[in-house]
Amino acid sequence: MANVLVSAPKTAKKGQVVEIKALIMHVMETGFRPGTNGRIIPRNIIQDFSATWNGREIFRMKMSPAIAANPFVSFSAVASESGTIAFRWSGDEGFLAEHQVAITVT
Amino acid sequence: MRGLPSAAMLLAVFTGSLALAQGDGRRSGYQDMGPALQKMQDDDTANPAMLFVQAGETLWNEKAGTAGKSCADCHNDAIVSMKGVAARYPAVAGETGKPVDLEGRINLCRATYQQAPALAPESDDLLALSTYVALQSRGQPVAPPNDLQLAALRAKGAGIYRQRQGQLNLSCANCHDDNPEKKLAGATIPQGHPTGYPIYRLEWQTLGSLKRRLRNCVVGLRAEPWPYDADEYLALESYLMERARGMAMDAPAVRP
Repeated sequence: MANVLVSAPKTAKKGQVVEIKALIMHVMETGFRPGTNGRIIPRNIIQDFSATWNGREIFRMKMSPAIAANPFVSFSAVASESGTIAFRWSGDEGFLAEHQVAITVT
Repeated sequence: MRGLPSAAMLLAVFTGSLALAQGDGRRSGYQDMGPALQKMQDDDTANPAMLFVQAGETLWNEKAGTAGKSCADCHNDAIVSMKGVAARYPAVAGETGKPVDLEGRINLCRATYQQAPALAPESDDLLALSTYVALQSRGQPVAPPNDLQLAALRAKGAGIYRQRQGQLNLSCANCHDDNPEKKLAGATIPQGHPTGYPIYRLEWQTLGSLKRRLRNCVVGLRAEPWPYDADEYLALESYLMERARGMAMDAPAVRP
């Protein structure tokens, strides 16, 4: 299981704008760097990150080799209903990480 | 008259930054960073070193080696037992009577009590464990132990610190004592107080120990770095911790 740190409020008022932060451990190897043996290290990056709120997509981004290791993404969303916010990272070499947090909207 | 309020403000700013500093002119590398990086370090959900802390906490409770023991089996809750520990290292290990740094102490525990193979220098697992331990000293003053053996080591470290070396023929002191807060290319030269190790260095894109930082500096002098198990690192680490005595630990730090 990949090492993930997600920060989102546990409770929010309906209509409130909440800040969501997601950090994940990943090398984000660019595919342009030579290794100690002089050969190019194959690219190994997260290609896609998305977040859904009760199944509805609220955020998606495509990642590129220019993004640093252990990518940190921060975005905001309008709290509409109680439920789960699910995060999904997928990328090269079959990389897949998923994480969920619960939020109560009053 | 117009000069008065601005003079008062300048004074306020000046005393403000003095309060942040030690009062004796010593400054942590934290104070030489921009506000964006300081925020990144302060926010535990944005500080990438916290990923390693999370991994370290898992390792702390995981059984290892043929003895089938975890760190927690002896030390229990790290939050209690490891408070202030990283602020005291390098220290003399009771088992061997020799000085070790925090990473060395972890590997000594593995060999002696867990009967597990040593973790490689700068390996993710060793960094994760040492960061998890170092986190428990956050805000604690650096407090190297009083020990004759360590005093000798510090004296050796002080000698290396002032010894010119490499093709550039510079000593540590030439930058960190004589020219701190000035620029070396685009980067601010810090005073070199090791309060935040292991650090998440943006240039490395990962976590690294004080040893890695020292090797990095030595390569920068175009000198040949000592092998990983050399006593020179221990000597320098001991001297630097003594030099930073009383300063607050801010591990795990973020540095440019």
